[in-house]
Amino acid sequence: MRLDLNSRLEEHLFYILAGIGGLVTAVGMAAALFMEHSGHVVTGMNNQIVWGMPHVFAIFLIVAASGVLNVASIGSVFGKTVYKTRAPLSGLLAIAMLAAGLAVIMLDLGRADRLIVAMTHFNPTSVFGWNVILYPGFFGIVGIYLWTLMDRRMNPYYKPAGFAAFIWRLLLTTGTGSIFGFLVARQAYQSAMIAPMFIIMSFAWGLAVFMIVQKAMFAWNGMQLHPQIRSRMKNLLATFIAAVFYFVMVYHLTNIYFAKQTAFEQFILLSGGIFPTLFWGGYVFLGTLVPLLILFVPDLSKIRGSVFAAASLVLVGAFSLLYVFIIGGQVYPLEIFPGMDVKSSFFDGQIDTYTPSLPEILLGLGGFGIAFTATVIGVRVLKFLPQDDIHKLESAGHMLD
Amino acid sequence: MKAAALALFLALTSACAFAGAPKPAIKIENPGQCIAPAEEMRKNHMEMLHHQRDRTMRQGIRGEKASLNECINCHASKTTGSVLGKEGFCQECHSYAAVKLDCWDCHQPKAGHAKAAGVKP
Amino acid sequence: MNEPQDKSRRALMGKAVTAAAVAGAGMGVAAIAPGLHLIEVAGAAPRTAGEAASNTVRWGMLIDSTKCAKDCNACVTACNTENGLVEPIKDARQGSQWIRKIDLKDPKNGREHSLPMMCQHCANPPCVDVCPTGASMKRADGIVLVDRHICIGCRYCMMACPYKARSFVHQPLTTQNPEVPRGIGCVESCTFCVQRVDKGLKPACVEACPEGAMTFGDLNDPNSAIAQRIAREATTQVRADLKLNLGVRYQGI
Repeated sequence: MRLDLNSRLEEHLFYILAGIGGLVTAVGMAAALFMEHSGHVVTGMNNQIVWGMPHVFAIFLIVAASGVLNVASIGSVFGKTVYKTRAPLSGLLAIAMLAAGLAVIMLDLGRADRLIVAMTHFNPTSVFGWNVILYPGFFGIVGIYLWTLMDRRMNPYYKPAGFAAFIWRLLLTTGTGSIFGFLVARQAYQSAMIAPMFIIMSFAWGLAVFMIVQKAMFAWNGMQLHPQIRSRMKNLLATFIAAVFYFVMVYHLTNIYFAKQTAFEQFILLSGGIFPTLFWGGYVFLGTLVPLLILFVPDLSKIRGSVFAAASLVLVGAFSLLYVFIIGGQVYPLEIFPGMDVKSSFFDGQIDTYTPSLPEILLGLGGFGIAFTATVIGVRVLKFLPQDDIHKLESAGHMLD
Repeated sequence: MKAAALALFLALTSACAFAGAPKPAIKIENPGQCIAPAEEMRKNHMEMLHHQRDRTMRQGIRGEKASLNECINCHASKTTGSVLGKEGFCQECHSYAAVKLDCWDCHQPKAGHAKAAGVKP
Repeated sequence: MNEPQDKSRRALMGKAVTAAAVAGAGMGVAAIAPGLHLIEVAGAAPRTAGEAASNTVRWGMLIDSTKCAKDCNACVTACNTENGLVEPIKDARQGSQWIRKIDLKDPKNGREHSLPMMCQHCANPPCVDVCPTGASMKRADGIVLVDRHICIGCRYCMMACPYKARSFVHQPLTTQNPEVPRGIGCVESCTFCVQRVDKGLKPACVEACPEGAMTFGDLNDPNSAIAQRIAREATTQVRADLKLNLGVRYQGI
């Protein structure tokens, strides 16, 4: 179905989409208010499972936000023309998703009303503290970058702006990964692998999000992505998926090799109920093997919608992996007395269970509502649609590189 | 900045007064000397408590002149035992001025509430 | 920092400790025979009004787990009473525990023992490192506390603590002890009963232990009972591999 721009139907559809986004956001905010008022008793989180569903959503959004900017970086920093036309949309998605992820994290705070304290009191040794600087900086730098891309007068500056944005997003994801990497006491975290692993995850997840949004926008405008561009983007996605898989494998293999970590790995990969199921079924099978198969087998990747399906599956894998990483890492007991069997009223030595409650899931979905609404409005009011001048690209030889 | 805020506050409160909002009924349960004249207390109690709280909490300084527990002990209502609630010393005025009280999520607003008297009798 | 450096007061404090009378009388601690006062009171005299906690003191605790009876919960009960941890909660996993008893069993030989576990008051506390606002803090005398005035409830310190010593307040409270403010949305943990220590008293758990298995005092004072025992006897820090330099030491683990 082709929608004429500014037709009545198109206009209706826009308001319906923005309305749905707004509604999801409103429900999420209401859930946050309820949690704030009643306290975290109404969540499934407790003194053992300290971070729960809101953190799974928020960390996905924050990691993917910095990753989605990668599309722009490939254009501006690495000079690929095909990606340059995609830079504005990439920047918009980055800002929308980071805002959404931060909103979820902030609204989950025990004292969300003290947000201002987080701005006025700064502890330089805290990775969270660094992030308090990295996140607003990201908004600023990506904002300037978008300006250099979309305002003709500012065009000459897009390269340095793009480079600054690229460096900043690497720092930002290092900061996000280090939130876990610097936790000395927990079996699941405390690894220098985590920051680079988060960066490579952001590449894959961000590109997957970008391709899904691009597909939706092209469909809206009755356009088809040029097969060669489609093919290049799908190959890049496949490369990123494989790279994430490599990092995840090395992370688990090092743990398996360390005797002190084997019990934890045994739990996460084999005996831990939902966690091995999500890891092998959700992340490895659905989120890695199936998309790789779709993207690499020519007969499959040529089917219409197959790349879209692969990108969606990458997101399924992302959520599975984050759930295993964040929740599974806390469900497994903290080892205070290594080698001893321990028992206490505070659930020491016990494998815990976590059942997310409705409000915390709604809060997480509310984050998606924010990102969705911001994107829908953004692409409506400004020119974010990637437009490829195929002839120009071909004559410049850019379609082949 | 402070002057502007005060001006705004006065403008708002006088606007309220003109609008007929009932003045807060402050009941002094134990008439006598507060730690400073009433006028100064009215204007600066928040500053006094704010500085004292940081000194006591972070530096461990005890026995300061300003102390929230001492406010409560002296000003708690003799009927409810609290500085909150209707006619509560703190709440009455804070509701009138529409200034949110952030103390009582953590601090005990009732005087004589089961004090930690030590472990052994 | 501009901590008050009142020399004459300090000198007076020194005298107070040696004479054990000046400060003792002020706090209602009746005259104690010289030489015994360091064990009988917390290990130093109460600070006078207006005096800040000093880094010449480092509060610590020595726990002899060989004396700790498996079914005894006296320290936990005393802590809960003293600090007002009395609110009912539906899901026990959401309730606060500042001190808990852990039963240990060595799977290799079946040896069993029991000990109380709480905030270890590290000299290099991970919770203080990770706190984004500086709410998680270490007082000059080594007591690790949460400044709830600026705690935003992010729970990062709970993720960082190797001892699971911290709890998050999951619901509104109304039953606080006036001397121990605590409330919804903030993280909390053992304070070494700072409100008692500042008065020259011992923490509630130490005083309540029927076996005398817990010793509290100033690790920096070579004459204190705790410092002398640590100098004489073998003691352990839990997860010593982390090199956090703990204020709480154990025997028999």
